[in-house]
Amino acid sequence: MSSLSAKIQDVFNEPACDKNRGKDAKARKEGCSKPLTPGAAAGGCAFDGAKIVLQPITDVAHLVHAPLACEGNSWDNRGAASSGATLWRTSFTTDLSELDVVMGQGERKLFKAIREIKKAYAPPAIFVYSTCVTALIGDDIEAVCKRAAEKFGLAVVPVNSPGLAGSKNLGNKLASEALLDHVIGTVEPDDAGPHDVNILGEFNLSGEFWLVKPLLDRLGIRVRACMPGDARYLDVASAHRARAAMMVCSTALINLARKMEERWDIPFFEGSFYGITDTSEALRNIAELLVKKGADPEILDRTETLIAEEEAIAWKKLDAYRRRLQGKRVLLNTGGVKSWSVVHALMEIGMEIVGTSVKKSTVEDKERIKQLLKDDNHMFEQMAPRELYAMLSEHKADIMLSGGRTQFIALKAKTPWLDINQERQHPYAGYDGMVELVRQIDLAIHNPIWRQVREPAPWDCQSAMKDEPPSTTSETATVHALKKFAGMTADDFGEC
Amino acid sequence: MARILPQTKSSAVNPLKSSQPLGAAFAFLGVDGAMPLFHGSQGCTSFALVLFVRHFKEAIPLQTTAMDEVTTILGGADNLEEAILNLKVRTKPKLIGICTTALVETRGEDCARDIADIKLKRAEEIAGTEIVLANTPDFDGAIEQGWAKAVTAMIEGITRPGEQVRQSKKIAILPGWNLTVADIEHLREMVESFGLEPVIVPDLSGSLDGTVPDRWVTTTYGGTSVEDIRELGTAEHCVAIGEHMRRPAEVLQKLTGVPYVLFQSLTGLKSADRFVSLLSEISGASVPAGVRRRRAQLQDALLDGHFHFGGKKIAIAAEPDQLYQLATFFTGMGSEIAAAVATTDMSKILEKVPAESVQIGDLGDLETLAASADLLVTHSHGRQAAQRLGIPLMRVGFPTFDRLGSQHKLTILYQGTRDLVFEVANIFQAYRQAPTPEELDPLRKRETPDGPRSSPLTRH
Repeated sequence: MSSLSAKIQDVFNEPACDKNRGKDAKARKEGCSKPLTPGAAAGGCAFDGAKIVLQPITDVAHLVHAPLACEGNSWDNRGAASSGATLWRTSFTTDLSELDVVMGQGERKLFKAIREIKKAYAPPAIFVYSTCVTALIGDDIEAVCKRAAEKFGLAVVPVNSPGLAGSKNLGNKLASEALLDHVIGTVEPDDAGPHDVNILGEFNLSGEFWLVKPLLDRLGIRVRACMPGDARYLDVASAHRARAAMMVCSTALINLARKMEERWDIPFFEGSFYGITDTSEALRNIAELLVKKGADPEILDRTETLIAEEEAIAWKKLDAYRRRLQGKRVLLNTGGVKSWSVVHALMEIGMEIVGTSVKKSTVEDKERIKQLLKDDNHMFEQMAPRELYAMLSEHKADIMLSGGRTQFIALKAKTPWLDINQERQHPYAGYDGMVELVRQIDLAIHNPIWRQVREPAPWDCQSAMKDEPPSTTSETATVHALKKFAGMTADDFGEC
Repeated sequence: MARILPQTKSSAVNPLKSSQPLGAAFAFLGVDGAMPLFHGSQGCTSFALVLFVRHFKEAIPLQTTAMDEVTTILGGADNLEEAILNLKVRTKPKLIGICTTALVETRGEDCARDIADIKLKRAEEIAGTEIVLANTPDFDGAIEQGWAKAVTAMIEGITRPGEQVRQSKKIAILPGWNLTVADIEHLREMVESFGLEPVIVPDLSGSLDGTVPDRWVTTTYGGTSVEDIRELGTAEHCVAIGEHMRRPAEVLQKLTGVPYVLFQSLTGLKSADRFVSLLSEISGASVPAGVRRRRAQLQDALLDGHFHFGGKKIAIAAEPDQLYQLATFFTGMGSEIAAAVATTDMSKILEKVPAESVQIGDLGDLETLAASADLLVTHSHGRQAAQRLGIPLMRVGFPTFDRLGSQHKLTILYQGTRDLVFEVANIFQAYRQAPTPEELDPLRKRETPDGPRSSPLTRH
């Protein structure tokens, strides 16, 4: 695993990372993943992280070299959308048995599995993922992939990111390394142009990138590769000919963006398509970078015109929600606010942010949030489930926006909740996405079930019934109760 | 007798299995105040957790020993100890159910000895918490084996051994994993209606029935109490449901002398009759009027429903006992099992599945074998195959993540069988296609000598 260790050291030593720049050499070497506490850990492993980043490449066969659990317990579980190929949703695993492990048949089985997939599906590429057990028994997936690629004449890409290597975040970065080592730059496009961009770290969850792409189309900007959302293998392989790049989810793929800049001179900026001002800023930045790389400056004006039009429409749509959402209190509990500009837009229509988690936020993010909220008491690193439950039970927020992990804390505390992480059902990117987010918040808060579930059962708040000694309950109590209930409607029960 | 066809592919395509440790955790989740603990890397737990949450739509207690590269090289005993102590302090569980994973089993860790050491060394700190171990490597078995191993481990580790004074009304019930929350609730009511007192191990109906507790609980809330598991030896009789529950029932008998009866399935009129007769015999009570009424309702459902089943080709992929349960249900209604796919070859029940052959395999196999079927029957991951084949999917088992309420679907005894009849008949009615002159054209039909199957007259 020495080459893996070297890779891990390399990604820990990320010069483009804000946090990393603040560390001394020794601290940098120790890496950014904190040691986990057994019995009190949460979150995915490095394999999980690698798969998340690569699996949305839609026409690739993703083959997991592992006993059943790694793939069997986790396949087809994310909501990235594809506009064409569906092979990525077919699950492939070597499903190693005890015999395979004991007899050391892993590499042979892997090789045969690659052959079977090539024969049955003829994909442009097969990505092979190593995992804890296959790393432990010393299967050399790089050698197997190399041989299979030669023998079968297709790209076979080793993704060396076994779960025990570390966290999900590390896996994200190791996946980027696999793309850099084996995929990007292997195909020369015949149609490279001055308005080609890469979008890195966009997963196209619920198809949300399709809310943004038409805006780029309108400006004449071509997305060379969106990685990984709705990507094709060839897009990724020829991504090195883009003129500029936008990095959407910074913690995940920063090494990819920086190394593409170093190797192929593709400048990048960090941006977001969540929220109105951020979307505008992103469009502006893309246009500016393209101009710096030689595109006709007239694109800047066209971009400003488009931004002005789209912003006006979006703000007008949002304004319709002001009356319904003014003063409603939002608790944002996600790994870093997806974007401070979402906060900005929510506040713009009169909502109040009563708390926000800054666990994954950068120093810069925190500063922005602090300025926006004017009170850093609302920022918290991480809240224990019990505290969170208590806070919500006491109705200190009208809605929580978070990921699936804390969903049931809100629901069991009978508090409206909206998923803003990867399992979400709705697209939130771009101008229309922001309007959709606000619409979903409105629907969640004003759903009529909240009144129903919060009210106790009528017999639990009828003191006459409660105080009746058990021996005399049956008849007298029923009569009393019936009298009491005469003339009431179901709604009245809520008043007690 | 069905032929068992072993898997010959090197690459599983669209796995049917969920992992063995997940099955073990599933069983531990049916115990009150329990905390299942995976001994492996954090991803093992994270994947299982997400799958449970997607199925049950509930917060699921499940923790990890968080093995990493260093501890994998040095050994996991320290992580195990730290995890147990942390859980004890933070969540005060009554039971910690340890499920090993492929990672520590490949390393060859002696977890039983590690736990014995920890119990000795930390006796004071962990007093009041039972700790049991299920050896469940991912490279072996699936949900069934994991579930059975966990129940066996609880009986071996917690139940007081030796012959004890029996309580004549007390019945121990060991349900297989494929019984839903609704099944277990129904089973309890049925047993109680004979004046008997059931103790159900594990009891998911107490813990995963989807309620709103009035405080935040980090372990399971509800389910079999540890005390009830300890006192299993005082039961008059034990009923095990599913072939995979034979081993736990045997262990209980060996340990305490409690005799057991095994039901391979409780679905279908005959199985239900057998079960009800047994209850009547044990209790000495006659069959209550309500139960007789349910039986008559099932008879009527069979009469009304059979039109929709006759001649239908059914493709099922499931764990062995569930495969048997459903295949016998369908053949009992006049359908034919066109394809049967099972997760593992480790169960004797497979030979009894009423199909020509049982393929050990995955949903890729099911899709190939089901090309001419009328109905796919498997868990939610069958949705892609159903879409490609253009035939309906009946969702059963685990995981069911794209439909709500799977835990509240009744599948056993008179009432559950009745519900299943209606569910299937309704699926067929919903998918009925209007006849077209081209399809019915007798001359055109002769040109494709496909046998009677392709006849639109027999099509739903």
